[in-house]
Amino acid sequence: MIGFPDYLALVQLYADYAAAVDRGDWDAWPEFFTDPCVYRLQPRENHERGFPLATLAFESKGMLKDRAYGIRETLFHDPYYQRHVVGAPLIRRVDADGRIHCEANYAVFRTRLSKESTVFNVGRTIDEVVKDGSGLLFASRLVIYDSEMVPNSLIYPI
Amino acid sequence: MAIPADAGPDPGRGPLVWEGEGSSRVPFQAYTDEALHRRELERFFYRGHWNYVGLEAEIPKAGDFKRTVVGERSVIMVRDKDDSIHVVENVCAHRGMAFCRERHGNRKSFVCPYHQWNYKLNGDLLGVPFQHGVKRQGEVQGGMPADFSKADHGLTRLKVARRGGVVFASFDHAVESLEDFLGPAILGYFDRLFNGRELTLLGYNRQRIPGNWKLMQENIKDPYHPGLLHTWFVTFGLWRADNASQLLMDAHHRHAAMVSTRGTAGQAGEVTQVSSFKGKMTLNDDRFLDIVPEAWWGGPTAVMMTIFPSVIVQQQVNSVSTRHIQPDGQGAFDFVWTHFGFADDSEEMTRRRLRQANLFGPAGFVSADDGEVIEWSQEGFRSKPFHRTLAELGGRDVADTPHMVTETLIRGMYAYWRRVMEA
Repeated sequence: MIGFPDYLALVQLYADYAAAVDRGDWDAWPEFFTDPCVYRLQPRENHERGFPLATLAFESKGMLKDRAYGIRETLFHDPYYQRHVVGAPLIRRVDADGRIHCEANYAVFRTRLSKESTVFNVGRTIDEVVKDGSGLLFASRLVIYDSEMVPNSLIYPI
Repeated sequence: MAIPADAGPDPGRGPLVWEGEGSSRVPFQAYTDEALHRRELERFFYRGHWNYVGLEAEIPKAGDFKRTVVGERSVIMVRDKDDSIHVVENVCAHRGMAFCRERHGNRKSFVCPYHQWNYKLNGDLLGVPFQHGVKRQGEVQGGMPADFSKADHGLTRLKVARRGGVVFASFDHAVESLEDFLGPAILGYFDRLFNGRELTLLGYNRQRIPGNWKLMQENIKDPYHPGLLHTWFVTFGLWRADNASQLLMDAHHRHAAMVSTRGTAGQAGEVTQVSSFKGKMTLNDDRFLDIVPEAWWGGPTAVMMTIFPSVIVQQQVNSVSTRHIQPDGQGAFDFVWTHFGFADDSEEMTRRRLRQANLFGPAGFVSADDGEVIEWSQEGFRSKPFHRTLAELGGRDVADTPHMVTETLIRGMYAYWRRVMEA
C-alpha cells in the first residue's frame, strides 16, 4: 500500500503533532494542516448519528490561528498539561495522488496544577494526509471522541 | 476550645443565614448543603414546575424515544402512533430497575429485561410473565395474587406540555399550564424563537461541570460578566455594556430574558474595563462571525432565556440552542447543549449556524470559561460555607431593567428561591 519511508513519515507526523499539542506550541499547531483544511473535534454520538455539530469545527489555517489566539489571550481557564498517547496509524487506503486515508486511537490525560492526572478525552482520529513538498500535512482531521462528557471545558486542541 | 472570630461559625447544619434584607447576599451554604439540594429537587424539579425534556425534532417518528432526566430522575420521552408525546419514568414498576439503557432509539413497547414486564409507550403495563402462574399436571403453580391489577402498576407518567416543537414535563399533574408558568413576557420571547417552524437537529455537546446547578442559571441571569470575562464578545460588539438591552422577568422573578441588540456606535474600549480587552483584535478568518440577520429576530441580536429550573434557551445571532441543566448532587451538574436550525434554512444558513457554534459549548470561545468560573466559585463556596456572595450591582431590589449594568435577575431568582424553599 505504501512503502516504509512513507509509513515512517506518517508515524513521525502523528508523533510530531502529539508532541506539539502536548508542549502547548500553538504556533506550530496550524502548520500541521493544509489551507484550507478540516479540523473537527466531534462527539462520537454526533458522528455516528449523522449530526453535523462539532465541539470545535475549523475550515482554514486562519481559523486554527484564531483558536490559538483565543487559547493564549481570551479564554480564561485553569492551566493544565495534556498528554497524548496515540496508537499506530491504521491505513485505510491510499488514493492515486498519494492522499493517505488513515486512523489512530488516542487517549489524552489532563493534569491540572496541584491535582491528580485524569483521563480527559479518548477516541480516534480519522485523517486524510497529503504530501507537501518533502513533508506530510493533514488535509482533514476528524477527532471523534468516545468520552461522553467533557470534564468541564476543553481549551487546547486534541 | 475557643474558635478565633475570623474562622467562621462552628461547622454544622444550621439554618441559612441571610445577611441584610432581600436576596442580594446568597449564603455559600445554599450551594453546598446536601439537604437543601434534596429540597430543591423536590420543590423545583419534581413539584410545581415544568422541566425541559427535549425537542420534538429529536423523536420525529412514531416509536422514537429519547432518554433524559427531570432533576435527577431518569425519564423517557417517546412519540406514540397517534403523534402524542409521552414522558414516563425509567423505573420498572416491578423491582425499580432503570430498564431503558439506550439513550435514543425506536420501540413498539418498553420491556424491562429483568423479568420481561412490558409497557405500552404511554406507560400502561401490558404484560407480566407468569401472572397466572404455571400449569403443571393440571395444577396452577405460583402467579400473582388474584387481586393483582395491571392497571395499578404502570410506569409513572409525567404531565406533558408541547409548544413550538419544545417538550416540557412535570411529575406534578396539578402544575399550572406551561403558558401560565412562563408568564406573558417570557412566553413572548419563547414564541419569537419557537414560532411553529419545523426544527432540525444539528447535534449535541455534553459537559460535566463541577459546580452547583444554580450557578448556571445565574450565569445566564448575569449580564455583568459577558463583557468582562468574554473578551470575544466585547471586541466584536456581540455583548457590550452599551448595547441597547432589556432585562425581563416573569411575575415570580424565576425566569428571565436578557435581550440585547448589537451596537455599532463607539469604540469597544470606551465601554469595557476588561483587562484582556484587545482593541486591535481581528480574526484571521472572519467566517466565525458571518452574521446574517433573520426576519424572525424582529430587532434583538441576542436573547438569552433562563427557564427555571431546568433550561437555558439561547439565541446569539445565528446560533440557537437549548442548554439542559441536569443536576447530580449539590456539587455538580451535566450540561447538555442541543443545537438546532429550521427546516427552511438554506445550506449557507446551516453552515453559518455550525460555524458560529464554535463560540459556544464546552470548548466555545465565549462559553468554555463559564464552566471554569463556575467550578472556581464552587471551590470558594466549599472552602468557606459560612460566607456569602454579593450580587448588588444596580442595587438590592428586583425589577425589570432597561440596561445590563445590574444583577437584578440573580436577586430575583433568589427572592423566589427563598419563598419556595422557605429558607
